[in-house]
Amino acid sequence: MASNGSARSGSGGRAAAQGGGRTSTASRKRNAEPNGHGSAETDVAATAQSPTSLRGRPESREQLIDFYRQMVLIRRFEEKTGEMYTRAKIGGYCHLNLGEEATVVGVMSALEPRDYVFTNYREHGYILGRGVDPNRVMAELFGKETGVSRGRGGSMHLFDAEARFMGGYAIVGGQLPLATGAALTIAHKGLDEVVVCQMGDATTNIGAWHESLNIAQLWNLPVIFLIVNNQFGMGTSVEKGSAEPDLYKKACAYRMRAERVDGNDLLAVRDATLRAVEAGRKDKAPTVLEAVSFRHRGHSVVDPDRYRPREFVEKGRSHDPIPAYGRSLLDAGLLDENGLKQIDDQVNRIVEASVAFADESPEPEPKDLYVFDFASEVPNIDRSLPGDHTGLADIGGAAALGGR
Amino acid sequence: MAIITYRQALHDTLRDEMLRDENVVLMGEEIGVFEGSYKITAGLLQEFGEKRVRDTPIAEEGFVGAAVGAAMLGLRPVVEIMTINFIMLAIDQIVNHAAKIHYMFGGQSRVPMVIRTPGGGGQQLAATHSQNPEVWFAHVPGLKVVAPSTPADARGLLKSAIRDDDPVIFLENLALYNTRGEVPEDGPDDVIPLGTADIKREGKDISIIAYSRMAAVAVNVAEQLANEYGIDAEVVDIRSLRPLDRTTIVNSVKKTNRAVVFEEDWRSYGVGAEVAATIQEYAFDYLDAPVRRIAAAEVALPYSKVMELSALPTAQHLVDAVRATLAASGGARRNGGIVIPGLAGVARG
Ligand SMILES: Cc1ncc(C[n+]2csc(CCOP(=O)(O)OP(=O)(O)O)c2C)c(N)n1
Repeated sequence: MASNGSARSGSGGRAAAQGGGRTSTASRKRNAEPNGHGSAETDVAATAQSPTSLRGRPESREQLIDFYRQMVLIRRFEEKTGEMYTRAKIGGYCHLNLGEEATVVGVMSALEPRDYVFTNYREHGYILGRGVDPNRVMAELFGKETGVSRGRGGSMHLFDAEARFMGGYAIVGGQLPLATGAALTIAHKGLDEVVVCQMGDATTNIGAWHESLNIAQLWNLPVIFLIVNNQFGMGTSVEKGSAEPDLYKKACAYRMRAERVDGNDLLAVRDATLRAVEAGRKDKAPTVLEAVSFRHRGHSVVDPDRYRPREFVEKGRSHDPIPAYGRSLLDAGLLDENGLKQIDDQVNRIVEASVAFADESPEPEPKDLYVFDFASEVPNIDRSLPGDHTGLADIGGAAALGGR
Repeated sequence: MAIITYRQALHDTLRDEMLRDENVVLMGEEIGVFEGSYKITAGLLQEFGEKRVRDTPIAEEGFVGAAVGAAMLGLRPVVEIMTINFIMLAIDQIVNHAAKIHYMFGGQSRVPMVIRTPGGGGQQLAATHSQNPEVWFAHVPGLKVVAPSTPADARGLLKSAIRDDDPVIFLENLALYNTRGEVPEDGPDDVIPLGTADIKREGKDISIIAYSRMAAVAVNVAEQLANEYGIDAEVVDIRSLRPLDRTTIVNSVKKTNRAVVFEEDWRSYGVGAEVAATIQEYAFDYLDAPVRRIAAAEVALPYSKVMELSALPTAQHLVDAVRATLAASGGARRNGGIVIPGLAGVARG
């Protein structure tokens, strides 16, 4: 089973579903969809060893280096998050992006500031990739007032209106209808923004997935359904959870553009996302983008990860995208070893600072419990606290309990 | 003042609000070409086009959630769910998302949308099509829930609901659509604030507390009580289930010293339970008799007409409950009290 999982990590990024891109010989086009939007599937082995070359890329040297910096930032941030969780600085559930950095940065780097992002609960990396201050992200994990959601959301519910990071959602599939609706407003207003809706592989089995894809395709909505196929939903492998384990093919049922890429190949993910963004902006066409990824650890920080076969995990770890991309930078002569190390040091300082910031930040005040309860005021809202009835002062409040 | 039906009031209000604000869009199954299962949206597709009157696939979770997302980016969707019985499929989007987004994200996003949906029994539609699950939504912080009983309230509350920046569940009742009533002319006066109850009839002897169709029934019952028994009942139309206007309810009971709650939903854990608890908490010492509750029987509604009618609360149940409550408290304390004949054993409350 393990080998099944990884055997499907294709590099569809080379074999673009629509609109071209570079096509590797290893890829073969498929007539997967009746409307001619082909989907692509490739042989895996080819890519894992040879990520998309940095040579001849349209990006600047600074950009290419920055992709690395962002991956390292997410890696260190998540490692630190795990540590802070075990030290009980962070509560609740906590799901990390460790191992998925190439997918995260590949997708986020292809977006403009005007685009929107909805994610599931495994979203720390995405909000960092969106450029939000790590201090405020860490502060949210610590439940502080300075956090991105002012301590009301926590790890699974990060939000930043300015960055158009529209939230992490902890109900599997809950974000899909929302993202579809966001794209509806964009289409309605004739704007050229796009919406990325991230999810895990297991999410493609839930009703909201089918309803949302159907609606998005029917109504021509510029939404990219990004499946981060780390091949497990908690302990359930993709083969056990999905009757069609080639997840991008599920888009066929809705005649939707679809593409599968190797999620360890940052540039392949980026290119595929750019194609999807283009389709969204120009044609208001939705896309299913499947990035075959791997999470380095268990489902959440407390998961001992006993269900994934050892060879599968070892193989997954051996394809770590960060050193691989670092080597590409070295090979292309864009950076030397010292440069890599400098980035590492710089990132470590940022992460340390985020912990200090979060630690020193104030807790939200319990007296502000009802702040944000409604966006517009109406009469007669009951704002009592447990044990009192002061919210109803106008009819005697607590005194009424004492009698006439 | 014009006299129009509840249906017409809803239709006209949707149209007026669409004319007033171009961000108001309608979404739902069969609301366009088919003009709505109950014809509330008749003619609106023709007038406003497909962009603003959007027929959706049968995908309650998908399109209700899409409306939530659309609202987050600035549209003001008014969703029609064909009947409230289908709302279960969308409950995740309503309760986990629409209700939570403003709060959970620290006030950074808002969800200005309305979900209109009719409920109610009595049409021989059997168990899956005759429900009143409003309390599910009234229970949830972050939602506003209204249930108008008259055309004027339907208009006034729908206007407020559409202009409100929070998600509003707007409950209609199938049996009310053809009822008529006076509706004020268009203007600021016809906007009714959410969160306010309304005294539909002033009275001194007892408070009848009801909403939606049962409030309409209660108004008629109050007239009957006055004519036949000389009982002067006050009718409090809750109108807004969340926020609940406890002040109006409690003040009414402080005046009349007696209360009967009359509702079409199931009694256990229902809206009436909340009202009765409120009275107990804030007006216990003013009560001359226990609060009675008249509600639907605790079963899935049967198809058979006689069976169905036996399960639903009726005007007669209310008459009996009022008289029993008065008897239990020694009659109305007015002009030396009144005689209330034939009370023993009649109250269902
Ligand atoms: C509706 C719902 N059912 C169950 C859960 C519990 N749950 C949380 S994560 C998860 C697995 C989801 O896996 P996947 O979609 O692959 O995402 P990943 O964790 O890999 O990012 C489950 C079952 C939930 N949060 N919501």
